Amino acid sequence: MATCTFWVDGKPYQAEEGTNLVDAAKTHGIFIPSLCYFQHIDPPLGTCRTCTCKINGRHSPACTEAVKEGLKVEVNTPELMDIRKALVEMMFAEGNHFCPACEKSGNCDLQHMGYELGISQSRFPHLFKDRLIDYQPKRMVMEHNRCIKCRRCVEEIFTTDGKRVFNYINRGNETRVGIDYEQEARLSDSDAEKAMAICPTGAIMVRGKSLSKPFGDRAFDLKSTQKHYSYNILDKPRATHFEKKTIATVSLAGCFGCHMSLLDIDTEILDIAELVSFNKSPLTDIKSFTQRCHLGLVEGGCCNTENIETLRKFREMCDTLVVMGECAVWGGLPAMRNTIPLGECLEEAYLNSVTSEPDATIVPYHEDLPKILNRVYACNEIVKVDYTIPGCPPSATHIWKVIKSLLWGEEYSLLYSEFKYD
Amino acid sequence: MGTRSHPNNLFSCEPNRSKLLSQLWQHQINNRYISEDAIAALATEHNLSAIEVAGVASFYHFFHRQPAGRHTIYINNSIIAELKGYERIREAFERETGARLGSVDPTGTFGLFETPCIGLSDQEPAALIDFFPFTNLNAIKVKEIIRKIKEGRAVHEIADSPPANIRFLPPNDRTLFFAPYTRGEVIRKLANLTPEEVIEQLRIGELAGRGGAFFPTWKKWSTCRTFPESPKFIVCNADEGEPGTFKDRVLLQHQPGSVIEGMITAGFAVGAAYGIIYLRGEYRWMLPTVEEEIDQFYQAGLLGKNIAGINGFHFDLRLEVGAGAYVCGEETALLESMEGKRGEPRTKWFYPVEKGYLQLPTVVNNVETFAAATRLLQFGSFEYLKRGIPGSAGTKLISVSGDCQRPGLYEIEWGITVAELLEICGAEDPFFIQVSGPSGECISIKEKFRRISMLDLLAQKDIRCGGSFMIFNRQRDLVHILLNFCSFFKHESCGVCTPCRAGNFILQRKLEKISHGLADRNDLQDLRNWGNIMKSTSRCGLGKTASNSVLHAVDKFQDYFAKRFAEVDHSIYRQIDEHAAIAEYERYKP
Repeated sequence: MATCTFWVDGKPYQAEEGTNLVDAAKTHGIFIPSLCYFQHIDPPLGTCRTCTCKINGRHSPACTEAVKEGLKVEVNTPELMDIRKALVEMMFAEGNHFCPACEKSGNCDLQHMGYELGISQSRFPHLFKDRLIDYQPKRMVMEHNRCIKCRRCVEEIFTTDGKRVFNYINRGNETRVGIDYEQEARLSDSDAEKAMAICPTGAIMVRGKSLSKPFGDRAFDLKSTQKHYSYNILDKPRATHFEKKTIATVSLAGCFGCHMSLLDIDTEILDIAELVSFNKSPLTDIKSFTQRCHLGLVEGGCCNTENIETLRKFREMCDTLVVMGECAVWGGLPAMRNTIPLGECLEEAYLNSVTSEPDATIVPYHEDLPKILNRVYACNEIVKVDYTIPGCPPSATHIWKVIKSLLWGEEYSLLYSEFKYD
Repeated sequence: MGTRSHPNNLFSCEPNRSKLLSQLWQHQINNRYISEDAIAALATEHNLSAIEVAGVASFYHFFHRQPAGRHTIYINNSIIAELKGYERIREAFERETGARLGSVDPTGTFGLFETPCIGLSDQEPAALIDFFPFTNLNAIKVKEIIRKIKEGRAVHEIADSPPANIRFLPPNDRTLFFAPYTRGEVIRKLANLTPEEVIEQLRIGELAGRGGAFFPTWKKWSTCRTFPESPKFIVCNADEGEPGTFKDRVLLQHQPGSVIEGMITAGFAVGAAYGIIYLRGEYRWMLPTVEEEIDQFYQAGLLGKNIAGINGFHFDLRLEVGAGAYVCGEETALLESMEGKRGEPRTKWFYPVEKGYLQLPTVVNNVETFAAATRLLQFGSFEYLKRGIPGSAGTKLISVSGDCQRPGLYEIEWGITVAELLEICGAEDPFFIQVSGPSGECISIKEKFRRISMLDLLAQKDIRCGGSFMIFNRQRDLVHILLNFCSFFKHESCGVCTPCRAGNFILQRKLEKISHGLADRNDLQDLRNWGNIMKSTSRCGLGKTASNSVLHAVDKFQDYFAKRFAEVDHSIYRQIDEHAAIAEYERYKP
């Protein structure tokens, strides 16, 4: 094959003619995100669309393009970077991706793309569609909440006599990947594990094959694929001098884990104490605002009317509002109930649980009690949020970097290892 | 089985798998559902895993995996049906049959389901019962129908035969599609023409595809001709699924010969020996008409070996019936479907003219395109060019429906203005017009002086019309219409690519927010941005066009949307419906 010259963002590069554009770019250190692309699947699947670029002036996925002489590709324009980010955000909004509770966390391609693209929150409303978890296959568990329908398993996993084990079922937004129980049972152990390994998320799990590894040992914990990973929360630093600032904090529908993490900076907290005072906060036990604050730090989403009231008060009393942790960002673990009608949750908990006596228990209701909402709402569904810090919990350094940057305009850059969803 | 053109009778060159769709149909028709056993038997026959067969069956919504009643009723839920009284009809059917929508009554007699546009928008509300049409329904008529079925009358006997409703033809005998037609007239002309000359005629006549993309037909045919692989196929796309369109139904019902003749001509021009008409499942009731016509062609020696005495010109034709999947109107999805697979569009790695059906060179054209080709050759390209306007020659079939006095089929010459068409069809206080269906463009009455033509590729000045023309008056709720479209795409997306599968769902949520009065200006901007993302990243035409009407509407009807914004301080608060959010909990108040 002949070598040819193709152009990326105005610069010429060489590659063998016919090479897939994703690979050709990669050899030159140009990062094009992709989820469904596999070098050996021909023709390419083109299902996830996360590698969308502009090819000879038209939007098109890089993975369905072979390099040829004179090919002109735009990769890193603001518009295209935003589009690719949007597509990954769309996957997070479509499925039910609870990273902190997922076995694949840290080894998950989808999550990894989220880190690489600096996605702290999905711009799309989470759909919270109730999906099946299929425990029927002999060795596997199919977690349809996590499937992004990339089609890898459909095209890659066959029995020795060439039959499909996975296939798409249904159509439209009901589409899912079905598994053939009979064929699955005939797979060799190594093929079953291969299915789990090629799944870009935690949708295919093999029983007894634990993925759990400590932080730092997992595939995507520490090192970015990009040569220069840069993720800046602030476009422009705000203030410039170190005056003493006031902060308020609160935990809504959260577990206080983010507050614990906040305290995790060890001795540095002594320096911080010099620079900030805490107003309304569990740390000070001040119950209501006594003054207007520079910064409000919110943990947890809204699961009841009191949460909404508190959050609105925070918005009113704080110049800048920062939400921290998965729960505050989009609902997090409490939002696991969002796929189930409230009535079912309450009755399961209070009326039909193992310990409840028939007719002896009720669903608590009193005018003094906050009213429970039909689902858990993310903070930005209730008020305008200025900044979001993902993580469960976010690392202490991440939180403090944001705070220092917001309050005193300190420039900072976040390390890849500090930006996590779990 | 049946006539030789019946879907069950494959050509000798076709693999057995191509039979799968019609085999699934047989199970559906005979047993009213496709059982686990049927899936297993088909899997064994085709040497596939059960999940692969189940995956195919579950793609098409006329295939049921649970018993769907001895009589299966599909009520059309398109926007036009909604305007004309869908709700009342649904209630009437539920009352009379005892089945709730989406289920079967306790005795297993009636299954009641909904389906998008069934190609009878000029006669709504309409429904299919056991795939026979029932039109212009009202509560009394529904009661009568169900009573008769319960009494044991055969459904096909009491079904309606939908009239053509041809409301307008170009005056002074300028009609093309409904001019007198003699079977074989054009085919006999082929004896004195070379394939190149046929293609040249189409080129001079500037014939462009009528499926909506307006690709020059001569280019498609001549490209296909250049590929050496054999055999080649001519496929007629009769999967007319775009809501509001019914022109192909009328053509196949009343001029099937002109369509078939166009296919045979295409076969001659590209050197193809086989033709397949992919008829949408909703038109199953038209199967006998088309089969009968094909038989006539065979009997007249216009199909088969050495057609019309032209030595070495062989062409065979058969039918294939879809099973309820709008996306199969996309040509590569249609090819996949014919191969007995899920109707998922292919990537554009190859075009069908090179690798189409069974990876062999294939011409896929719309019903109207074939009919137009026949007429062009019948009249000659110079006569054909006299109709329409320079650069956009000929006439166009337009299906008019909605708020007008005379819904039906209109054959117009290209170049007519929207205002003229509205006048002819007796539009009543038109306000919002959806041109080319939900995937097309919506226009405001302010744009009524735009011409309908093929001239403007980007449709900025003139407007292109694929065939659907839905008129809505000032009383209609725009957001409601858009929600209907959105829900349609949400169900009809093939589900393969993210922006279409999830995007339509997400747009629907946003439109619901607007319709509940909780939105603000930012939400409108979101619709715009998100619609554009779907447009630029989706895998096929469905996803690329699904957000079209929303995108057009938010720009053209800004005042309308502004009236619906929530009254809150958007700078810091977001509006939620707190009352609705706690309604469920309030049920536990002692």
